[in-house]
Amino acid sequence: MDTFSLAFYALAFLIIAAAIFVVTSKNIFHSAIYLILALFGVAGIYVLLQAPFLAAAQVLIYVGAVSMLMIFAIMLTARIADDSIRHTNEQVGTGLLVSLGLLAVIVYSLWQTPFPISAAPMPEGAGGTIGRLLLTQFVLPFEIVSVLLLGALIGAVVIAQKDKVRGVSEPPNTPLPKPAEKVAG
Amino acid sequence: MLELDKLVKIIGDGIDAGISALGLGPAWVVLVQLIVAAAVVLIFASLVVLFLVWWERKVSARFQMRLGPMRVGWQGTIQTIADALKLLQKELITPANVDRGIYFWAPVVTFVAALAVYVTIPFGKGLIVRDLNIGILYILSITTFTVIGLLMAGWSSNNKYALLGGFRSAAQVVSYEVPMALAVVGVIMLTQTLSMGEIVAQQQKFYQWYIWRQPLGFLIYLVAATAECNRTPFDLPEADSELVAGFVTEYSGMKFAMFFLAEFLNMFTVAAVATTLFFGGWNGPVLPSWAWFMIKTLLGVFVLMWFRWTYPRLRVDQLMSFAWKFLLPLAFINIVLTGLGIYIFKS
Amino acid sequence: MAGIGLTHYLTLSAVVFCIGVFGMLTRRNAIGVLMSIELMFNAVNITLVAFARYVTPATVTGQVVAIFTIAVAAAEATVALAIVLLIYQHYRGIDVDRVNFMKW
Repeated sequence: MDTFSLAFYALAFLIIAAAIFVVTSKNIFHSAIYLILALFGVAGIYVLLQAPFLAAAQVLIYVGAVSMLMIFAIMLTARIADDSIRHTNEQVGTGLLVSLGLLAVIVYSLWQTPFPISAAPMPEGAGGTIGRLLLTQFVLPFEIVSVLLLGALIGAVVIAQKDKVRGVSEPPNTPLPKPAEKVAG
Repeated sequence: MLELDKLVKIIGDGIDAGISALGLGPAWVVLVQLIVAAAVVLIFASLVVLFLVWWERKVSARFQMRLGPMRVGWQGTIQTIADALKLLQKELITPANVDRGIYFWAPVVTFVAALAVYVTIPFGKGLIVRDLNIGILYILSITTFTVIGLLMAGWSSNNKYALLGGFRSAAQVVSYEVPMALAVVGVIMLTQTLSMGEIVAQQQKFYQWYIWRQPLGFLIYLVAATAECNRTPFDLPEADSELVAGFVTEYSGMKFAMFFLAEFLNMFTVAAVATTLFFGGWNGPVLPSWAWFMIKTLLGVFVLMWFRWTYPRLRVDQLMSFAWKFLLPLAFINIVLTGLGIYIFKS
Repeated sequence: MAGIGLTHYLTLSAVVFCIGVFGMLTRRNAIGVLMSIELMFNAVNITLVAFARYVTPATVTGQVVAIFTIAVAAAEATVALAIVLLIYQHYRGIDVDRVNFMKW
């Protein structure tokens, strides 16, 4: 087995194992760390797919910013008694069935489809082609995404402010209602 | 003159011949070459940190009109080795109620992130481990990764001082990454390439150094990099008088040593990147290329140490507003000016 | 096994996507749901970049769309986490099964 296949299988194993731990870990902080591992694995897959700029952007944005944001949110919302609360709801069996069924359908249709593989070479240079495309063919989505990011920035700052800044004297601090009674049948 | 690139080539070819004689394929050759290169970089990083720790103590002492370590070896040069031996012998205490897995991996993550940058730093002519075609972007990405180590350390220590220190450190590092990356973008607009080796190759003459064309970018980079390294005047998260020791409060012995080493490695990295981007890398007239690189980088580190004993510490809110309200608009202005300059001088 | 082809990458992407679907359906912590959604975004990105590599290598359109996906995912994670923090400030808990005041 040559090194390329070895690298692919190692990275695929890493991503899938990390993803399984993300969705099944009891400790939410551990889930975040496994998510970071999975994101690194995906960056490695981008390198295998000859997209080095995208790999660096993935690490920079996902690992450096989005994961950090999630870890901050976890730290700010952690409760002392969290470990005793069940971390999955009652739909584990159905969820497993649904996702396995979805996987079966997708993989079956994938393996049946003859994709038109093209043997043309990829353009040289890391990022140059992407930059040119972003400013010529994709300039409208580029500008819209910048407005979207600006809106997200302002929106997040406004939403997450504490209540007293907006004039309400004290947050209600009512506890969450208990889940509704399970209907028999 | 005394260039090391031929030596590197001889070693590389030697490994190639040796592994091929054993009958293994080219993949093994690459693997062994990479392992040897990694070992060399690791040894170099350790030696550099040993030197920097001694130098920091001497420089700090001289700035404060005292002598610093003098007894252990000539002018205290063996002091660092003595300290390292002491740290190695310490008992590895793991406090109760810490999150064991994360507590163990936090210093590893920080140290690996600090060391992984050295893959693409041009130490001299032909002395890059791998001249990646996304060089400087790779360096920026890996430096954002150190934040995760800080947060892991702060969270797992089960200690409110460590948690607050971790929060503040992470917020500071993330806030100052943005002006740092934008200052680097200004240089990249001029170099038209992300590869570190090519950036150095474009600055062979003294007047071609990018410092002359990007003075504002250099200043922004210098200030943002000082904050990235958690150095004074931006070292509130780990100031001894403020938060015990910040996020490393619960670490002792070898684990503390790893955080400490990572901090000094970060200082060296930041100075090395500034040398490559703004001061011509390893280019220079008489001395061999690696000597010029070391001289320029160590001067950069000296400037960082100089800041520590010159400026008072900024408060956390002053720190954050300085990054977002002053440095960031300045970095944008720098990019606009660079773009205008390119447009005017190309036509 | 033969060399790695497009199908391998697409299968990997499908597996990660379905793991994300499972996580989104079963996690109770709101941030756990968000992490599963990030897994799904990444699976889709792998598909896009694999197509850019194998089906249209001359123009790297897939990579550009992947960059847009990353940017939109980052924006979405930001706003979603801000909402999660707001819910926590009011109700001292982020269990998605119990934040159901708008149900009839």
